[in-house]
Amino acid sequence: MGRTLAEKVWDEHVVRSAEDEPDLLFIDLHLVHEVTSPQAFDGLRQASRPVRRPDLTIATEDHNIPTVDVDQPIADPVSRTQVETLRRNCEEFGVRLHPLGDVDQGIVHIIGPQLGLTQPGMTVVCGDSHTSTHGAFGALAFGIGTSEVEHVLATQTLTQARPRTMAVTVEGDLPAGVSAKDLVLTLIAQVGTGGGQGYVVEYRGEAIRSMSMEARMTICNMSIEWGAKAGLIAPDETTFAYLQGRPHAPQDQDWDAAVRHWRSLITDDDAQFDHEVVLHAQDVAPFVTWGTNPGQGVPLSSSVPFPEDFADANERVSATRALEYMDLQAGTPMRDIGVDTVFVGSCTNGRIEDLRTVADIVRGRRVADSTRMLVVPGSARVRLEAEAEGLDVVFKDAGAEWRGAGCSMCLGMNPDTLAVGERCASTSNRNFEGRQGKGGRTHLVSPQVAASTAVLGHLAAPADLPTPASV
Amino acid sequence: MDAFTTHTGIAVPLRRSNVDTDQIIPSEYLKRVTRSGFEDGLFAAWRRDPDFVLNLPGYAGASVLVAGPDFGTGSSREHAVWALQNYGFRAVVAPRFGDIFRANSGKSGLLAAQVDEKVVQALWDLVESDPGADVTVDLLERTVSAGTGIEAVHDSFDIDDYTRWRLLQGLDDVAVTLGHADHITAYESRRPAWKPATLPVRVAD
Repeated sequence: MGRTLAEKVWDEHVVRSAEDEPDLLFIDLHLVHEVTSPQAFDGLRQASRPVRRPDLTIATEDHNIPTVDVDQPIADPVSRTQVETLRRNCEEFGVRLHPLGDVDQGIVHIIGPQLGLTQPGMTVVCGDSHTSTHGAFGALAFGIGTSEVEHVLATQTLTQARPRTMAVTVEGDLPAGVSAKDLVLTLIAQVGTGGGQGYVVEYRGEAIRSMSMEARMTICNMSIEWGAKAGLIAPDETTFAYLQGRPHAPQDQDWDAAVRHWRSLITDDDAQFDHEVVLHAQDVAPFVTWGTNPGQGVPLSSSVPFPEDFADANERVSATRALEYMDLQAGTPMRDIGVDTVFVGSCTNGRIEDLRTVADIVRGRRVADSTRMLVVPGSARVRLEAEAEGLDVVFKDAGAEWRGAGCSMCLGMNPDTLAVGERCASTSNRNFEGRQGKGGRTHLVSPQVAASTAVLGHLAAPADLPTPASV
Repeated sequence: MDAFTTHTGIAVPLRRSNVDTDQIIPSEYLKRVTRSGFEDGLFAAWRRDPDFVLNLPGYAGASVLVAGPDFGTGSSREHAVWALQNYGFRAVVAPRFGDIFRANSGKSGLLAAQVDEKVVQALWDLVESDPGADVTVDLLERTVSAGTGIEAVHDSFDIDDYTRWRLLQGLDDVAVTLGHADHITAYESRRPAWKPATLPVRVAD
């Protein structure tokens, strides 16, 4: 019987397998950041163990760092200690680090692909749940905790039980103005936040094939938000074109050998998935969340749901709590929800294509007086690229704040946080209670909806905007 | 890691589903560089409410958490496991767990015991009507039990065999894997040469 893409990648990385034991898998790339690594390096030190493969390890600073005054020492002493600890650990163990101020610094899941280090058929791990982003290249990529970070540092392997496989097939094409983010939020609302638990998911079908790498990364990034172990997409010409010429992409004969191998990384026609989900792209519309988990979402054209309409008792309780936390009334049209802050950025939607999309919408328009807008590029290079294209001027002319690169308000570990009761339309990935700041309220949206919302001051799509006075 | 065989302690009923790791420990508490001292961050937002279950005197000293489905979803932060352990929890009983949280628990010695939803419901009812009641989680027998008489709960829980074995032995995972170093070296020697490396550093043109 044929094998799925995920099974092929898995099989290629088995170092050791034994009956009644999980497989020992080799890890091709280990991404490290300041928050989930200090205790892992400590563990190595205590046991006098080296990093086995510093040449397959790379670190950056992203979660804790400020996005303004980045040339100044970090003001928060606890954040500063954590960042300085990473710098000392990388120095001591010989790990490549892109610190704040470096041209290749950025969100860990943005810099891997950007450097060409993320390639098809690899195993990629990081102490961060959004590692699934790298699956867009046909890599098996998943988040791990600090104990496993230590395990990978020490052994370049992980013990892993073979997961089940699922196909999510998206037939047809997305309507104009509807993005990968709308698609994945629609999917999560349909299958629930636990729908993918225990599965590695392959996204396939016409709509996926016609997506850019950036859009594919948005889809795979959100895999964890419905519980999947990983999400991946078979590599194709779009993947190869994105990779070719990047600093760490294979060169010359190596490129040819790599592409030959990458072309074999597709699910065989006779392979069986353990579960299949089918979506019709033409039915997808701009989609926003109303609640406090990523599955609590509806089309923008719809209204805040009534908790009593949910069949499941847990969902009813959860919806009631969510409406209370979000300070929303059931039945309110989503478009009537006013927004204090718009956040554009994160490993979900902080890439150059996202910034171009947002710039195209706010160009010649103004951010509403009642609203503040933060645009945070995902990496220092995305920032430079945007500035070379003049996007920073578009954002600033519209009244938005143009920041340095990092995770920023996606999780509010740095000073970019919401105040108690502040409502935010965010291109990030989680609307959990307090995620963007204690008492803050988050609506997950696409870059298109974020930009339109910033202009109108309430949740909106580009179609709601009047024509700008001058473009 | 300390070995885990069986544990008996006061159980707390957390009647919530989808308790994500941002609720277990908000990101502002993730800045420490040690594995200890995270108890202050545990359920930090909810604990500000004096009526939150962890604040009720009847559950003081609790060491078993009984939660709704999809406990520990979201972020990979192992700090969520450490916060529960630092606070004094030895086991979490729930109908479903986030995958990474469950893996982290197994690595750190916190028992994540997966049970039927009706078992959670029965445990909730029992420890709410009798705050301070003990619950026993027995990893050898894979059972959770509490109470006596008609309200008694006794049922099995799910945990994968390998994690159970490691918890029972209290094993250092890294040492186990380094015992297979020859397999790793053999694998490394057959990796294709074109696979990328982070070193030496290559820079964009």
